[in-house]
Formats: sequence, structure tokens, C-alpha cells
Amino acid sequence: MEKFVVHTGLVAPLDRANVDTDAIIPKQFLKSIKRTGYGPNCFDEWRYLDVGQPGMDNSKRPLNSQFVLNESRYQGATVLLARQNFGCGSSREHAPWALLQNGFRVVIAPSFGDIFYNNSLNNGLVAIRLDDAKMDRLFADCAAFPGFKLTVDLEKQTVAATDASYVFPFEIAAGKRERIVNGWDDISLTLKHSEQIRAFEAKHHAARPWLA
Amino acid sequence: MPGQTLYDKLFDSHVVRSENDGSSLIYIDRHLVHEVTSPQAFEGLKIAGRQPWRRQSMVAMPDHNTPTTSGFTSAAMIADPISRTQVETLDANAREHALTYFRIGDQRRGIVHVVGPEQGATLPGMTVVCGDSHTSTHGAFAALAFGIGTSEVEHVMATQCLPQKKSKSMLVRCDGRLPTGVTAKDLVLAIIGKIGTAGGTGYAIEFGGEAIRALSMEGRMTICNMAIEAGARAGMVAYDEVTEAYVKGRAFSPKAELWDKAVAYWRTLKSDDDAKFDHTVVLNASELIPYVTWGTSPEMVLPVDGRVPDPDKEKDSTKREGIARALQYMGLTPNTPLDQIKIDKVFIGSCTNSRIEDLRAAAAVVKGRRRADNVKLAMVVPGSGLVKEQAEREGLDKIFVAAGFEWREPGCSMCLAMNDDRLEPGERCASTSNRNFEGRQGAGGRTHLVSPAMAAAAGIAGHFVDVRRMG
Repeated sequence: MEKFVVHTGLVAPLDRANVDTDAIIPKQFLKSIKRTGYGPNCFDEWRYLDVGQPGMDNSKRPLNSQFVLNESRYQGATVLLARQNFGCGSSREHAPWALLQNGFRVVIAPSFGDIFYNNSLNNGLVAIRLDDAKMDRLFADCAAFPGFKLTVDLEKQTVAATDASYVFPFEIAAGKRERIVNGWDDISLTLKHSEQIRAFEAKHHAARPWLA
Repeated sequence: MPGQTLYDKLFDSHVVRSENDGSSLIYIDRHLVHEVTSPQAFEGLKIAGRQPWRRQSMVAMPDHNTPTTSGFTSAAMIADPISRTQVETLDANAREHALTYFRIGDQRRGIVHVVGPEQGATLPGMTVVCGDSHTSTHGAFAALAFGIGTSEVEHVMATQCLPQKKSKSMLVRCDGRLPTGVTAKDLVLAIIGKIGTAGGTGYAIEFGGEAIRALSMEGRMTICNMAIEAGARAGMVAYDEVTEAYVKGRAFSPKAELWDKAVAYWRTLKSDDDAKFDHTVVLNASELIPYVTWGTSPEMVLPVDGRVPDPDKEKDSTKREGIARALQYMGLTPNTPLDQIKIDKVFIGSCTNSRIEDLRAAAAVVKGRRRADNVKLAMVVPGSGLVKEQAEREGLDKIFVAAGFEWREPGCSMCLAMNDDRLEPGERCASTSNRNFEGRQGAGGRTHLVSPAMAAAAGIAGHFVDVRRMG
């Protein structure tokens, strides 16, 4: 996982509620056994006019000019604004992989699907919850100011306008935050407690021998 | 000390250690594995030079990609090379780690959420995870079951544990009894319609009340299966004699004195009378009628006697735009009666509704009738090889075939269309699955979620119809 401490990046808006993980990365791309290569198919059904299939040359496919993320002003965006319940639905981790590989480092929304939220943080895609009023402000500024950027400081847990005209605090659980800031491997951290796990397991199975 | 909820009991009994930030490391008893979300996890394990912590906790089978046409006995026979590679990768990983594995051709294979309970691999009191959001299904057994991502799949393989923050608790109490012809699917669609697709986000939901107690295990699995469509990773139902009768005698279930010991423990798996929930929702099940979704989110649902909503009547602008966008995608006109919407295809199957009771309900509707001319395809996909076998013993396959419905091999099939079963752009489907998202059943496909009886009735009538009026 790539470390994330402070990041300033171009902001893009996706102003619709309940964007599900099927929309973020359609099922036909889940047949891959790799962790990479999902970026060009992020939001595939909205992004292109044709039906995408694995193995296509995506650079030759017709783009949907009506899809907001295809607008030239949002090319190179690394911060995505979204609405309620972003990433609901399927548990596919291919969704945060696709967003990251499409260049996004941060997604800001009022709420996220629970599984998507964990999957994102486990991959260093920083998922930030801000209330609707703050989201409305960010969407408005994003529309009003071409080239609108935000600075996200994960240690301080703030989202700030680059001119510091506003600084919004957010919260991410300390354990998760620390892992992302340091780029630590979750499994190694858990394995430090191997003895405790073994002791729990022995006790658990002694009390419930039908599970042993 | 106040009483504990079922969720408290399940969570607390699996805490290995508690962290300062309020999260816990919890122990996982059962890990179900399928071909789509596991290859990168097995690869990660290999790269790090790790071995599975407890390989006997894992039960694996391919289900998402598998063809449903008859005659497939091995992965090598799958025509799509990418799908084939994915299934063969699971074959190889299962072999390498000597996992309990139901390969293509094994009669016990099927959808992981049908097979787990059927084999007794899902037991009350367990923590159950799988790289699939519909793992909530297993909560029907008074288990703590939830879907995880691939990094977490690898984490559980390597450590048998997951760092988790305890969710808030919600009770959805369903009073009264469901009327005849109204099923668990209608009840869960009504619940989602009431609380919304994000209503359960951050919660573990316990489904209780008279209507839930009166359901079979199949019905309870349907309810818990769709907890995730209400935003809750985990749904659950308290243990009772219905659970006990289902679990007894299954392949992985405890036997003899271990059974007695297990049952004594399992009987404690219910919320205490004085347990406090963070939130309670009450529904009167006796007032419900069959439900049909009209939009592109499971919360976009109405009773079958309703009409397609009019976005102009919605005051909230985000909701109004959401309705308008959904109607455009679905090709529907505001105020159209739902029972005048014509369909092109019927899909009876998925981890929500592919168990024997579901197939019986659908067969009872189509018996002696014929698929409508405008319905191009009606397919029935049993949840497992064993469900299929039982249905055939009962003659259900013949009833379906005589009615012009296709009888298929088990798998996830057209619920998510990773195999060849899919909708073409613009096609409209009465589906017993769980998601009506844009493109879910095929790019441009239009999905209406219904119960098995309602899907069968739509297949006969050619449009949605209140199944209770079919006589």
C-alpha cells in the first residue's frame, strides 16, 4: 500500500446518490486474476458509449461526452466528490482498485457502503465522510472554480481549500489511519499477535469442541 | 448490567483482543471461498511466503462464472478463456492447500451461500466470512456473517482474524403473519423500501418478530441475504427449533454428544429480553402484499398494485433526479400501473431465491400453464446440485419444462451475468435476485426484483401480476 500523509489534488464531482460497485467496475472485468489493470474500466458503462469487454483497447473506444468525469477540466483529478451511500452493493475490492488505478487517492462523500469503506482504506484509498452541508459547499466550489483543488491531511484529519478559506475536520479510526500514513502491511501487524490468536483459538475450541 | 443482543453475544465471543481505537481483532470460524474474489488473495499469500492459518476453516467452490447449460463436468470445458482461467486458478489453489472443495462436476457444488448451510458448514454461533457481500445470508442461523474484500480474504487466510469495529445494532421487528402468497422476499423488499438502501449502513440488523419466527430457514436466508441491500453488512435471526431442525444431520453438523453440547450452547443465541438496540424499526407483516422494484436501487420498490412514481411529485432534488434517471434507464413512464409492465425474460435463481422452497413456489404457479409469447426466455437455476436433485425428485423440473421454462445447472448465473446468462440492452426481466443496479444483469438490462412466485406469474402473464389473483 502506498503511503498517504498529505495530498493536494484536482477535484472531480460525481453528483448522484447510491453509486454502487457494479457501476464503479462492471462484472465482466472481475474475471481477471490480477490486482492491476482496472483503471481504464473505472465507471465503464457511463464512461464509454459501447459495451466494454476485457481485452479491448480502451484508448480506441468512443467516450461518452455527457459523463462528467470525461470533461476536460476534470482530467487528472485525484479527489472524487460523491453523494450518499457511495460504493454500496457488491464487496468487490476491484472497485477501490479501479478508482486508485484511475488516479483517485481520495473519495469524499456523506456516507459509504460499509464493505467498500473498509476495502478502500485497506488499499490506501482515503475515504472521507463529510456531512451534506459541507459536501454541498465542495460541489458548489468544484462547479464554480475550474481547476479547483483540495488538500487532504490524513494525520491532522482535515480537508482544506488551497487558500485555507475553510478547513473541514474528518475522522478515520486511529488504527486504520496509522496503517495508511505509514504504508504498513495489515497482515504483518496482526501476525504480531500470533500467540494471542493461538491462545484464543485453543480456548474457543475447548469451549466449542464441535468447531475444533 | 443490561441484557445483550444476539449481535453482542456473537461479536463478544469472538474478540481475540481489543485495540485502543475501539476496534477489535475478531476470530473467524468459517471462511467460504469462490473463484472471483480469491485469486489475488491466494497470490498475496504466496508472495509473502505465508500458509493458511487453518485450512479446515475454508470451504471453496466456483459459482459466479460457471456455465448453467448441462454437460459441464470440468473447468476445462468453459468456453470463455478468462472465466476458465479464473475457475482453474481456484481448482489449483484448492489443490495446493488441500481445501474442502466442490469442483465443477461435484453434485454438492452450487452458490456458496446455498451450499454452506446445506452442508452444515454454516453453524449457529459461528463467525462466517466470504469475499461476497451476500454472506449476510448465513446470519439466518444466528451466526455473525458478513462480506469482505479480497485484502480481508487474504487476511483471514493468513491470520484467521479480522480487525473489526463493532457495528451499531438495529432490530427490525416484523409483527403479525405474512398473508398467503406473500413471501420472505416481499417482506425484505418492504423493509428495504421502508429504511432505504443506506438505512442499515453502520448497523448489524437482527430480524425478529412473529413473521420472522414463522418463516422457514429458506425464508430467513432470503431476508438476511438482502440485509446488505439495506446497507447492513450483517443480518441475523435468533436460534430456535426451526434452526435446529434444519441443521441436524447435515454433512458438517456435529453428531452424537457433540450435537447435544452444541445445541445447549446454540439455545442461548438470542437477544436477551432486556437487550437494548441502538435503533428499532417495526413493520406489520400482515398488511403486506407482493412487491416489485421499479428502479435501479432495491429501495425503489412498491406493492404490485402501485404505479411508477412521478419525479415531479418529489420535493428533494437529489431524490427527484435519482427517480428521473432511474425511469429513463428503466424505460418507464411515470404513473404506469406496475401490473401493466411487460417483461422479456424471467430469472428464477440466485443466492436470494434458489432454494427448494423457492422452486416449489414458482413451480406451483406455472403448473399446467404456459409461458407468455412475449417472454423470450424464462430460466430456472437451482442454487446447488443437491437442490436440483431434490427438485427433480419432486418432478419440479418437468413442470417448469412443460410450461416453457428452462431448467439449468446451478450457479450465480443471471444475478450478475458473469457467465453467458445475461440480458441484452433494453431487455426487461422479472428476477428473483437481489440487485436491480444499472447493468447488473447485462449492460443496458432492466431488472425488476420480485419473489419466485411473482417471477413465475410474470412469466405466464407476460407482465407483472399479483400472483394471488392467478387462482
